[in-house]
Amino acid sequence: MTHEKEPIISVRDVHKWYGNFHALKGINLDVERREVIVIFGPSGSGKSTFIRTLNRLEEHQRGTIVVDGIELSHDVRNIEQIRSEMGMVFQQFNLFPHLTVMQNITLAPIQVRKWTKQKAEEVAMQLLERVGIPEQANKYPGQLSGGQQQRVAIARSLAMQPNIMLFDEPTSALDPEMIKEVLDVMIELAKSGMTILAVTHEMGFARAVADRMIFFDKGEIVEQGTPEQIFNNPKEDRTKLFLSQILRH
Amino acid sequence: MANLDTMMPPVTERSNILRWARKNLFGSWTDSLLTVVGALIAYWAMRGFLNWALNVAEWEVISANMRLLMIGQYPIEHAGRLWLWLGFLVFLAGNSIGIWARGSRYAFLLLLAPAALALAPFGSEPKRWLVALTLTGLVGWGLGRGKPEVLKRSVIAGWVVSLPIIVILTHGLSSSETGFMPVVRTTLWGGLLLTFLLTVVGILFSFPMGVALALGRRSELSVIRWFSVGYIELVRGVPLITILFMAQLMLPLFLPDGWTLDRVLRAMVGITLFSAAYLAENVRGGLQAIPKGQYEAAEALGLNGVQTMIFIILPQALRLIIPILVGQFIGVFKDTSLVAIVGLLDLLGIGKTVLAQPQFLGLQREVYAFISLIFWVLSYGMSYLSQQLEVRLGVGKR
Repeated sequence: MTHEKEPIISVRDVHKWYGNFHALKGINLDVERREVIVIFGPSGSGKSTFIRTLNRLEEHQRGTIVVDGIELSHDVRNIEQIRSEMGMVFQQFNLFPHLTVMQNITLAPIQVRKWTKQKAEEVAMQLLERVGIPEQANKYPGQLSGGQQQRVAIARSLAMQPNIMLFDEPTSALDPEMIKEVLDVMIELAKSGMTILAVTHEMGFARAVADRMIFFDKGEIVEQGTPEQIFNNPKEDRTKLFLSQILRH
Repeated sequence: MANLDTMMPPVTERSNILRWARKNLFGSWTDSLLTVVGALIAYWAMRGFLNWALNVAEWEVISANMRLLMIGQYPIEHAGRLWLWLGFLVFLAGNSIGIWARGSRYAFLLLLAPAALALAPFGSEPKRWLVALTLTGLVGWGLGRGKPEVLKRSVIAGWVVSLPIIVILTHGLSSSETGFMPVVRTTLWGGLLLTFLLTVVGILFSFPMGVALALGRRSELSVIRWFSVGYIELVRGVPLITILFMAQLMLPLFLPDGWTLDRVLRAMVGITLFSAAYLAENVRGGLQAIPKGQYEAAEALGLNGVQTMIFIILPQALRLIIPILVGQFIGVFKDTSLVAIVGLLDLLGIGKTVLAQPQFLGLQREVYAFISLIFWVLSYGMSYLSQQLEVRLGVGKR
């Protein structure tokens, strides 16, 4: 891989333990600007834990993580700055149920970015149109389908105008007929040049837009490469076995 | 979306009392029999009470002492100040019903309550005030309905300043007898007035304190956490009555010479401190019910800890525990009657002094039945309001 510019995320020898369980065993990774990375692997392999260390929802215990020139440390200001540059979409959506869709999206821009309510609402409407549900702005999350909720969650993250988007199994809690509407939004986002790290087993998404795929197992990066390499010519036996399991049906 | 023409409205059953009775009470032969037998048993059980209430009881003890029961020995010449703040509250209530209960057709009937009270055995002066209150409430209701958007903010502001207004009007400003609004010493406050003030102050001050203690108990700073735990467990470990005794009898021993603290104020502080400890645990229960994902989503958006609490966690946690909170507020209201034991003349305390008058000896049943009725009506009112609030906020639905 060519390094024309500084990587936007640089991870060096990151370790994490839960008690005695060694969840991450020395992860090294550089992410280029505008790169789309799909992370996959068996459950419990540490893939979710890893992307959650990138915005400090989980604390790593050894190694360094540098995001856009800022090192993640115990300094609260660094953490807040990195978080406001990085959007995250969760498996369970985690919308705020007591706020309307519009309020869900505008809360952080108004409180953190100090935008006026008017500006925040204009941006929110544009984002809702981008994810295809402008008519739901005044509803509460509980009144929406799972797919609509996840699209609101994406719009909510985008409202902070992040440079990087993290997706933590964004379609795993969705009914099959709703997965496509979320993937379409993610694909559009990837094509628009956003830097994306997505933990997902949606291989269609990976084929369509991923620049690189990373296979996690037992807290380590086992193999990485372009979708072509991974799908057609995996080198490691563990990768082959896992792919055969998830691609069987 | 289905074609509108082919959509059928859901079947709804219209109901009236007769139809309801036929369906539920006289649905079958055995139902009818059970209804009749049940009614007879209920009558037999209530007979003694009804006979006493309608024929035997000497309700003059209530009508003759109505003023004492309502406001204690509060000077009659300053009672207008109390009517003034009552009018302010009724006006705000009218506004609020007009603005926020637009959907409910019957909510304004609440505002006729003062007129209904005017039928009770009050003197002619209070009756005139009660009629004026009713009109005030209805005018407020009309304004609220007419201009909800304009009034919303000022009504909320009105509720916020209502406690200071109540306290200033009740207590007075000028220390000289002839000045503007002369001070009425708290030793003269009594009856329902005192019970009301103890309750309102207890609830309003213990609420933020309870929330702060609940957050403190979950704090990562161990000094704050241990202080909160210590406070909550210490206060919950003792009965309210001992706290009230401490406040009345022990506190003066700790104060420097020449310092005195008003006795009513001491009772208010005691009730507040006591209630806050229980509130803290209820709020903590609500906080624990909020899923971890809510914190994570807020953090991932860059909200700091305080913003996360204020905008995300507390609104959800408090809404979850509305039923518990109201239960506790009703508890505070009824617990204020314990101040009678330390010598304050709240509704219960003043009832005891009424019974000590020679001409009313032996009329405990009448006095205590009346006091119970007042407590029940107001407690039920709080409970009813909280149910309405839950419906409005969609508790359990969103």
